[in-house]
Amino acid sequence: MRVQLLPFVAALAVVATPGDARTINVSATTPDANEKLQEALILAEPGDVVELGAGVWRLTDGLSLDVDNVTVRGAGVKDGEGSILDFSGQQGAGEGLLVTSDDVLLTDFAVLNTKGDGIKSKDANRIVYHQLRVEWTAGPKETNGSYGIYPVESSDVLVDSVYVRGASDAGIYVGQSKNVVVRDSIAKENVAGIEIENCYDADVHDNIATQNTGGILVFDLPSLPQQGGHNVRVFDNIVQDNSTPNFAPKGNIVASVPTGTGVLVMANRRVEVFGNALENNGTANVMMVGYRYPYDDANYQPLPQDIVVRDNVHGKAGFAPDFPGGAEIAAAMGGAIPPVLWDGAGHAIVNDDVGVLSLNLPDVSTPQNEAQPSPADLKGDAPAALPGVTLPDSMEAKVQ
Amino acid sequence: MRRIAAALAAALLCASGAVAVPEAGPNQAAIDGDRMPRKLSEFGVFRAGTSEPVGALLGYTLHTPLFSDYAQKQRLIWVPPGKQATLAADGHIDFPVGSMIVKSFGWPEQKDGRPVETRLLLHRAGGWTALPYIWDADGRDATLAIAGRRVPVTFRAPDGQTHSIQYAVPNKNQCKECHSKAGEIVPIGPKAVNLDFGSELERADFARFFASSPVSADPMPQWDDPASGTLEQRARAYLDVNCGHCHNPQGSASNSGLFLRWTDPRGVSLGLGKRPTAAGRGSGGMEFAIKPGDPDHSFLIYRLESLEAGVAMPELGRSAVHREGAALLRQWIAQMPKDGQKAGS
Repeated sequence: MRVQLLPFVAALAVVATPGDARTINVSATTPDANEKLQEALILAEPGDVVELGAGVWRLTDGLSLDVDNVTVRGAGVKDGEGSILDFSGQQGAGEGLLVTSDDVLLTDFAVLNTKGDGIKSKDANRIVYHQLRVEWTAGPKETNGSYGIYPVESSDVLVDSVYVRGASDAGIYVGQSKNVVVRDSIAKENVAGIEIENCYDADVHDNIATQNTGGILVFDLPSLPQQGGHNVRVFDNIVQDNSTPNFAPKGNIVASVPTGTGVLVMANRRVEVFGNALENNGTANVMMVGYRYPYDDANYQPLPQDIVVRDNVHGKAGFAPDFPGGAEIAAAMGGAIPPVLWDGAGHAIVNDDVGVLSLNLPDVSTPQNEAQPSPADLKGDAPAALPGVTLPDSMEAKVQ
Repeated sequence: MRRIAAALAAALLCASGAVAVPEAGPNQAAIDGDRMPRKLSEFGVFRAGTSEPVGALLGYTLHTPLFSDYAQKQRLIWVPPGKQATLAADGHIDFPVGSMIVKSFGWPEQKDGRPVETRLLLHRAGGWTALPYIWDADGRDATLAIAGRRVPVTFRAPDGQTHSIQYAVPNKNQCKECHSKAGEIVPIGPKAVNLDFGSELERADFARFFASSPVSADPMPQWDDPASGTLEQRARAYLDVNCGHCHNPQGSASNSGLFLRWTDPRGVSLGLGKRPTAAGRGSGGMEFAIKPGDPDHSFLIYRLESLEAGVAMPELGRSAVHREGAALLRQWIAQMPKDGQKAGS
């Protein structure tokens, strides 16, 4: 592998030898670093590594990558030693970095304070997000960008060992994708820590979701190209102290997530929640609900179906239920509602040894103020366990 | 205007006794090759040392154009000799390999009206390629800006207000963000319902470019001319041209489920009663993209009237608000029946 330092794009174009994978170094202190980095991302060829120098990159416009099989690698995510892409002065584009090509690895850099989303990938199959930090450094604010890490409409997605803080929607958001793994990551002080939306086959495991409004969300929404989300496993995560008041801009679906939500399943078919450590979530450790908004979509299924909750460890929960009438119900039940909350729509099995509160609203068109809360026993025989997600070897090899 | 000047120059040549030979076309080898020439002059689109196009290219306009910071645009088509463009069943134009589409952007108050940038779409054997060129300070040639650039531009809007903006010349990837269909680059503008050739239709060589008429008998209206269509039609034309290239099932905004082409059905997917999907703070705290009868609570309007990255739509190519365009859409939404969220037509 040849290593070259290329200050000028013209030079790069001349010495490029097709088929010979190169490392293209770009320095944070180059004049016009934004333009030079974008040039490198455009002129990279499949197999190339674009190496981001250590230091703080002051970027004014969104970056994009549209070449297959390129690695973007920095010197780390830590202030003072890593490759820090600072978008505080961003003037345009909907995100900091946009990837639209396949087989891309993003690793070892930080993206800070983007105006819109942090890193988005669309129609980018087999993408790997590895050892990244995406952060809005002032902490929770409604004016922060929506999503930190945002793969959408892709097959085979791996998010591994990332840290995301401050997103005004979801820290890690995977939408309308197939075969997804989110693991070993930390989502802190976002509205939603990790959100899996309208996805088929996803594993979310060994993450820490803390101090968000809601820790881990599994949603299915109407009127989108891919819907009917199913086969999602949420396991071996630590979901604790999700107590940040909701700071999402109103109108967005996550603006309705109650503060103090641990794991929330909305609609979807076959979701397994197991082996998690769930504690200090003031509304509920686990919540299962239907999609309770008007919709105009004959193909949409608004009920959660075949949800299985088992083998989780529950700490304190339900002590500050953040929904109308919640405080009164908690008071009537001795100060807290049970750790598992179900709106009564659809079908769920809860084999954890904790109480379940049902709002007894099986019809999603019934307004929530007609709730008739009562304890429920949802114990039962779970269907055969989901097999889990296997990613292509080429993706796993990138993070070894 | 430039076209008229060119014709005049040709006529003068004839009058002075010179033989009127057809002007040479652009450099076909540069179009067909796989290089990205550093200088625009290599393509031979403009007369040497000027921004005056050679007469061999065919000029065109659009009934409803894309808004680009009030830039005035000059559009040109080249089809290689011996080949012709054809009209596809869905109304878009299929250009043969070797074709080129040229679009220049300028403002009367900027550089004496000479172009600031020129974008080329080249139909090469491997597909369409987009190349952005920024004109040099002396206006004699333009230089490739593959990573885009922000250029300070000052202009006066139709309402008389002077704007000083950091005009964004798009980078090669950003060209594709809008010119994308299922991941491949395609032309956007030239489609039969929107093409207008004006007096170019009378050119002797017009038929050389097209196998059949490239213009529709039932075109889209001109967005700002009430005589050309109803309010609804003009709003839909505006949405098609300014939004529909991304907001369609194969475009860059496919995941939004918001589809805004001329031919898309009216309903949730057009934004009526549609809740934000991934709008984030682009929702402006509103519940619906379009709330019939209530433009002030329609975040489609909020995003069109914003200049803030992460909120503003379109995401690219706009550093100024199109007041007149937003006003048209406001008017359209205001006259919708308030209970019309579920109306199918």
